[in-house]
Amino acid sequence: MTPAAHLSESVLALAFALVLLAPLAVAGVMLTNVGLGRSRSAAQALLGNLAMAAVAVILFALVGSAFAGALPGGAGHILTLGGKPWNLAGAGPLFGAGLATAPLQAQLTLLFEIVAVVLCVLLPWGSGADRVGLLPGIAIAALLAVVFFPLAAHWNWGAGWLAALGTNFGLGSGFLDAGGAATIHVLGGLAALCVVWIAGPRRGKFPKEGFSTAMPGHNAVYVLFGCLLALMGWQAFNAAGALLWLHAPLTALPQTALNTTLSASAALAATFAVTRTRFGKPDASLCANGWMAGLVASSGTAAVVAPLAAVFVGLVAGIATPLLVELFELALSIDDPSGAIGVHAISGVWGLLAAGIFSGSSGQFVAQLVGIAALLGFFLPLLYFVFLALNRYLPFRVNADGERIGLDLHELGGGAYPEFVIHRDESYR
Amino acid sequence: MMKFAGLLVLPAGFFLVLAALVLLNDPVQRTAFVLCGVAVEGVGLVVAVRGHMLNRGESH
Repeated sequence: MTPAAHLSESVLALAFALVLLAPLAVAGVMLTNVGLGRSRSAAQALLGNLAMAAVAVILFALVGSAFAGALPGGAGHILTLGGKPWNLAGAGPLFGAGLATAPLQAQLTLLFEIVAVVLCVLLPWGSGADRVGLLPGIAIAALLAVVFFPLAAHWNWGAGWLAALGTNFGLGSGFLDAGGAATIHVLGGLAALCVVWIAGPRRGKFPKEGFSTAMPGHNAVYVLFGCLLALMGWQAFNAAGALLWLHAPLTALPQTALNTTLSASAALAATFAVTRTRFGKPDASLCANGWMAGLVASSGTAAVVAPLAAVFVGLVAGIATPLLVELFELALSIDDPSGAIGVHAISGVWGLLAAGIFSGSSGQFVAQLVGIAALLGFFLPLLYFVFLALNRYLPFRVNADGERIGLDLHELGGGAYPEFVIHRDESYR
Repeated sequence: MMKFAGLLVLPAGFFLVLAALVLLNDPVQRTAFVLCGVAVEGVGLVVAVRGHMLNRGESH
């Protein structure tokens, strides 16, 4: 999967319009992040989302894009191994040099990747809700935008070694990730896992004895409205990805948008049925997680499968999501308020695998496996150890008192809902 | 320590996958080795998650 060459101006104009709509997905993820956290940390959570988006855009546009190879520059940092070139990092210009004179397609690639990096950096912030401070959150976003995301983007979207698996090793069309299932969602979800491991659970979440304490999100309306916004952004993003990375003809775009919607809808229906069966009533926040999981899975598949397959992909994601949330919380002691690990990392992996399965080519399936192996075997340990080192100098977690009074008061000096009465929390007895 | 051990097993599985690409030309053998590499990564992930579970309720 390599950038399409010589797209016509009308196609590029459409891609530009789609990329301009894609930030709706960012808005949707921001709203779900805030709604799934507690009311005492809502303003801090939304400010954190915005601050991280701002830092990620600046750092990626000026520095990270050089390693991603978004703008034309050198051939990249290439290692020759086994007689094959392994393009490991881009060698584009720093500080956005040459942007104005770059071909329109390269400029659009940069814009696409800027939306993608913002989505990616928001995921660990949602998982660290109610206990991770603003400064460490911004530092995490900066590292993702300068180091991890550019590498993944180059490997998967640029001329990197994963994108070239088809030409170098005869593995299908190379690693397929047109909608960013790997580059955005699995990478961001793994970063979320590392943050949760390092920061630990919210106070009182996992008592030494007995079951874990339920800490429901404070605003289901934000969460569910965020899902709707995300759908619009996802449709645009998947379609733009299909144009930029898969050489898709214009006639394929309606199906890509339809597949995105089908996948999310099937996932919501499945989660609705599973939660109603298990709890007697459908669970709003889990259904929202199911919807998002369907969208994430569609990032891997929407541009490359038939509508019926998109429904199947969504159904699997929707069935798995509520079960994963229970597994993480009750069995694995993972406190993930936004559900990013299950929704983004695991559904992303499923979407990537499904793209290989429904391609009908064993080589393509192996290419997808190699991409997943790179994410788990290279990025996960690196993320963990880099974040662990960062945590020594800039502790992720606020102090116990800050967590007790809420991060709005602790970090901002005022709450998101100043006229609300905050009830005493039984878990702090 | 168990979590660190698990996280160090992950790259081992990844290197197995890379070795399969570089050293093997037969598609069947290559697929088998790639699957083995992913399986090793799965073991590493399970060990890392298990190491995290042991710390439940330790410090927070």
